[in-house]
Amino acid sequence: MNPFRVVFKSTAVRLSALYIVLFALCAAFLVFYVTALSERILSQQTRETLEQEVTDVQRAYNRAGLNGMLRLMERRSRQPGANLYVIASPSGEILAGNVASVQAGVFDEEGWTTLPFQYERYSESGSPVPHQANAHVFVLDNGLRVLIGRDLGEPQKLRLLVRRALMVALGIMGLGALVIWFGIGRNALKRIDRMSAASTKIMAGDLSQRLPVGGSGDEFDRMSESLNAMLGRIEKLNEGLRQVSDNIAHDLKTPLTRLRNKAADALDQPSQEARRAGLEGIIAESDQLIRTFNALLMISRVEAGSVAAEMSDIDLSAIVTDSAELYEPVAEEAGMALATDIADGIVVHGNRELIGQAIFNLVDNAVKYSSDCTSEPRIAVALKRRDDGICIAVADHGPGIPADRREDVLKRFVRLDESRSKPGTGLGLSLVEAVMELHSGRLELSDTDPAREAGRGLTVTMIFPPPAA
Amino acid sequence: MDTIQPSELPREAGCAALGREGNVPAMKILVIEDDLEAAAYLTKAFREAGIVVDHASDGESGLFMGSENTYDVMIIDRMLPRRDGLSVISELRRKGIHTPVLILSALGQVDDRVTGLRAGGDDYLPKPYAFSELLARVEVLGRRKGAPEQDMVYRVGDLELDRLSHEVRRAGKEILLQPREFRLLEYLMRNAGQVVTRTMLLENVWDYHFDPQTNVIDVHVSRLRSKIEKDFDQPLLKTIRGAGYMIKDEG
Repeated sequence: MNPFRVVFKSTAVRLSALYIVLFALCAAFLVFYVTALSERILSQQTRETLEQEVTDVQRAYNRAGLNGMLRLMERRSRQPGANLYVIASPSGEILAGNVASVQAGVFDEEGWTTLPFQYERYSESGSPVPHQANAHVFVLDNGLRVLIGRDLGEPQKLRLLVRRALMVALGIMGLGALVIWFGIGRNALKRIDRMSAASTKIMAGDLSQRLPVGGSGDEFDRMSESLNAMLGRIEKLNEGLRQVSDNIAHDLKTPLTRLRNKAADALDQPSQEARRAGLEGIIAESDQLIRTFNALLMISRVEAGSVAAEMSDIDLSAIVTDSAELYEPVAEEAGMALATDIADGIVVHGNRELIGQAIFNLVDNAVKYSSDCTSEPRIAVALKRRDDGICIAVADHGPGIPADRREDVLKRFVRLDESRSKPGTGLGLSLVEAVMELHSGRLELSDTDPAREAGRGLTVTMIFPPPAA
Repeated sequence: MDTIQPSELPREAGCAALGREGNVPAMKILVIEDDLEAAAYLTKAFREAGIVVDHASDGESGLFMGSENTYDVMIIDRMLPRRDGLSVISELRRKGIHTPVLILSALGQVDDRVTGLRAGGDDYLPKPYAFSELLARVEVLGRRKGAPEQDMVYRVGDLELDRLSHEVRRAGKEILLQPREFRLLEYLMRNAGQVVTRTMLLENVWDYHFDPQTNVIDVHVSRLRSKIEKDFDQPLLKTIRGAGYMIKDEG
């Protein structure tokens, strides 16, 4: 592409073009204002000088008569750049003076001429040259008219001069600005080109690429730095994602293999009844797989935050009560007691379905993993206000989780029970954690009875941030 | 209409179809689904359950068929070519067609359900789903057998549930139920003769919309069952394997 067109496509150059136009407009205004002002000051001065002349001439006439006045006028008209001095008859004929002719009618009115008038000067070449002047006319007691005026050539020349000088200066300034902006624009353009080249590589899949940082700490560097930080985060997330999908593939292989084996088994059954039973087993196995997929989808959607739109003020006390009520018979059937300590009227901003499901998961886990424990068959569900927030604690007295494995159980598909004798997807706590993250809260795992040697039990606490005051 | 031997059916479908014996006209539904394989499976499975199925493969033709014919239930996929599912529903509602609609969605979770129901859907099922779940929901939406919503007293055999006084009697003898057990029984009896799944129970009795992963609902149902069947010979509340529960008078 034409480099000039590229340059003019850049924002910097467009902005500078706009500045130049604005600058030119201001400059034009300035030129006209300055010249008009200087012209006004000049004409004011002219007027004052002429008034002084008129006084002088009148005084000379009063003191020394017509001759005295003529002498004064003659002397003064010899000086360089002299004023106009004319004596005319009452009818307007020029009797004496330093001009060749004057526009008709100038002598008719006494006082200042309202507009500049035309007159002709004697010139060396012989032919009279037209000029413009302002003048004061007065009448002597013998009826003669005296005109004292000043040529306007000089103020006009001055005005032209000032205007030309200003225009030249402004033109040079504008040109300079253009050149400077052109340079800056090109520089910015080059850096942006380097950045887009780097991002093209990143887009092609090389997430280890980073945007160039010049080191001057300017806006471009700051932008590159924050984009690089973002890329680092994306790279990390991407790695995590790859690891998760590897795990998922691995963990889904097991039930699929089991499904396939069951199908092969059912096919071999001789009796109708046994085949039916086999097929039912396959359906149950597939339902479990569907559950696993649903749970996975749910977690990823919660983590992506796309359910955040459905947030409202919800009655947490009611949800915790629901969970206790729902699981109380289950616990009882498993030979356990479910105790509750639920504070009333606690409201948080959140998604009722997700929080409900998270609490249900915890209570379900508590029942599932502590039902073998006969020493203290008891589960406690509590909802409390604490200084650091609102917390829901589900405590059991089962085998508990060693402190060094607590991080692991939050990962997808991780189940401490290697034999997988208990039903479940291994996704329950992952979902709870994702839900807490969505609600800006956190999840804490601790021992229920830290004093014990074995069977310390597990307490899982969901902590919601305290409501904004 | 095809006559089907119960033994040929999947067990859950068989039980639902059993209720159709007699002169109840077949339920007629419209399936709007662009995945032809899924549509073929649904059509076959519904026909085996004794339901007449029409199929449309895009939003525009689905809207046309839904406006021109009368159906008991429509099953509408959310993502359809030519016109998306939610817009088909709102257009049908705008035309004054209030046929119950079940939305199927691959998108799947809580918030999608809420937008789907807001657009005028009556029920929502995320993919992947079990056919037994879909069938149970369609049967309930079509509501051919259950008690009308406005009935104040539900009766199944000698079991009576009074929705106003919250009293439950069997053969004139009062049965005391917890409030939640009452709501559970109320929902089962409103849909008497129809399969209700565990998910449907969690949704309608507890108002939570997710898949109850463990036996939590079963425990509540078996408690209820022991209360209403303890001193009586005739069982009323049946477990439908692979599907859910059904309350029905066998007598």
